[in-house]
Amino acid sequence: MKELVIISGKGGTGKTSVTGSFAALANNAMMADCDVDAADLHLLLNPEIQETHEFYSGHEAVIRPDDCTGCGQCEELCRFDAVISENGIFRIDPAACEGCGVCVQFCPPKAIDFPEALCGKWFISKTRHGRMVHARLGIAAENSGKLVSIVRKQAAQVAAALQAEWLLIDGPPGTGCPVIASITGAGAVLIVTEPTLSGEHDLLRVLQLTRHFEIPSFISVNKWDINPGMTERIEAAAAEAGATALERIPYDASITNAQIQGLSVVEYNDGPAATAIKNLWEKLCHHL
Amino acid sequence: MKIVIASGKGGTGKTTVSVALAQAFDGPVCLIDADVEEPNSAFFMKPIIESKRDVTVPVPQIDSEKCTACGVCSSLCVFNAIAVAGQSALVFPELCHSCGGCVRICPQNAITEQPSGIGEITRGQAAHITTLEGRLNIGSAMAPPLIRAVKKAAPEGMPVLIDAPPGTSCPMITAVTGADFVVLVTEPTPFGLNDLVLAVETVRKLGLPCGVIINRSDSGDDRVVRYCEEEKIRVLLQIPESRKIAEAYSRGDSLLTAKPELIHAFRKLLEEIR
Repeated sequence: MKELVIISGKGGTGKTSVTGSFAALANNAMMADCDVDAADLHLLLNPEIQETHEFYSGHEAVIRPDDCTGCGQCEELCRFDAVISENGIFRIDPAACEGCGVCVQFCPPKAIDFPEALCGKWFISKTRHGRMVHARLGIAAENSGKLVSIVRKQAAQVAAALQAEWLLIDGPPGTGCPVIASITGAGAVLIVTEPTLSGEHDLLRVLQLTRHFEIPSFISVNKWDINPGMTERIEAAAAEAGATALERIPYDASITNAQIQGLSVVEYNDGPAATAIKNLWEKLCHHL
Repeated sequence: MKIVIASGKGGTGKTTVSVALAQAFDGPVCLIDADVEEPNSAFFMKPIIESKRDVTVPVPQIDSEKCTACGVCSSLCVFNAIAVAGQSALVFPELCHSCGGCVRICPQNAITEQPSGIGEITRGQAAHITTLEGRLNIGSAMAPPLIRAVKKAAPEGMPVLIDAPPGTSCPMITAVTGADFVVLVTEPTPFGLNDLVLAVETVRKLGLPCGVIINRSDSGDDRVVRYCEEEKIRVLLQIPESRKIAEAYSRGDSLLTAKPELIHAFRKLLEEIR
């Protein structure tokens, strides 16, 4: 099985539109949406959920008001400013609580509970292009990196069981915890970028990360015709950073129009973007 | 006054709007780039750099002479950042959340904390705007502590605009916490709407007031506008799609350089928020 993670550094460059198209183009593919806190791939693949699982991760501190003596020890020890005291009444702000358990351990009257935190749900679904594992992080919930790891692991298991040829993973933007969880140990990474100063800067940062983890990296410049000079500069910089530049994708309103229809652009029409993405896929198949 | 510019979906124009709001501000203002994984606002601000400093978090250091390998620290650590191996405890600093529990619980007083770098903060000045940028080290997963640090670096008493990271998870929540108002930038597409709904639910759960800016407003459909009407969320501004703006952005020119007339709309918007 070949595993490809599609990331971008900068958000909004077209990761999910490309992933959705690859799902339509690949034979026998398994999909995973690892952008768990702003997941969008389901809007193109319209999954029919087969299995729903709850995602418990870590714990959160909860003060029992009846047992709290108001000594303030928890507030003093908490390094995340998660203890709120109002008129001598102490409570924990769940959005700020890191779940470290220090207050629980050191509370003199042992007045703090530490229940497991329900942080979201993950799903195994059927789509018109194959199976898909995706998730929904709870509102204002923590631990997106762990949920990413679960989605990836489950998708790999289902893909192995189904003897899928491809595991296509839609990754998150950035370079932090969820990105690291998405790409660690991956077979290859495609970085979709755009010909802007921000796109270039963010691409080069994420390429440092893929190099750090020694993952073969490919890039594709989306909307390349917005700034052809910048596109060439980005492709040269990517080559210098050890990545292979593949097919460029031109600006094409069909990508938005396809999204409105709930389709990938290669299913929507044979316009310039669809043609370029088909070429991109063929080139990737050749390399992987 | 603390206004945070956030989005849910990436690439909708948070930085574009943050920079325009800072430039339209009538007086000294601090613009904080809290998108520490991919900070971009400096391209458009071009500030004169005044200072840089490293940001560190405390991580445990074990004195192997004192450590008896009793394992109390590793059983307290919920992040698996300390394990007992052989005669001493072993620290994995990249997993450490710097809660300080191990230092306090060690019966032998064998643990002290030493600083470990996670990123840097750059302070600069561009006309009336004081800029602060947080930049996470590559390979570091600890965005929230750096976001907290860059927010704390704002000059006392100065109004603050914060360019938040995308998403709705820990980094975004850390950036929006304590805001007086959250401006959510979206685009009128199914992806934009899906992620806007998540962002609205998040800021509402945190009890923060918000309004919406629709960028590239004529590019998709009307579902975002309808959602805002149904949810009674103020649409603060709509910015039509424009090749001129996109090209200016690609070069690092700000929105108000490409479309100077928009300054009035941003000034009005700031008055409305205040």
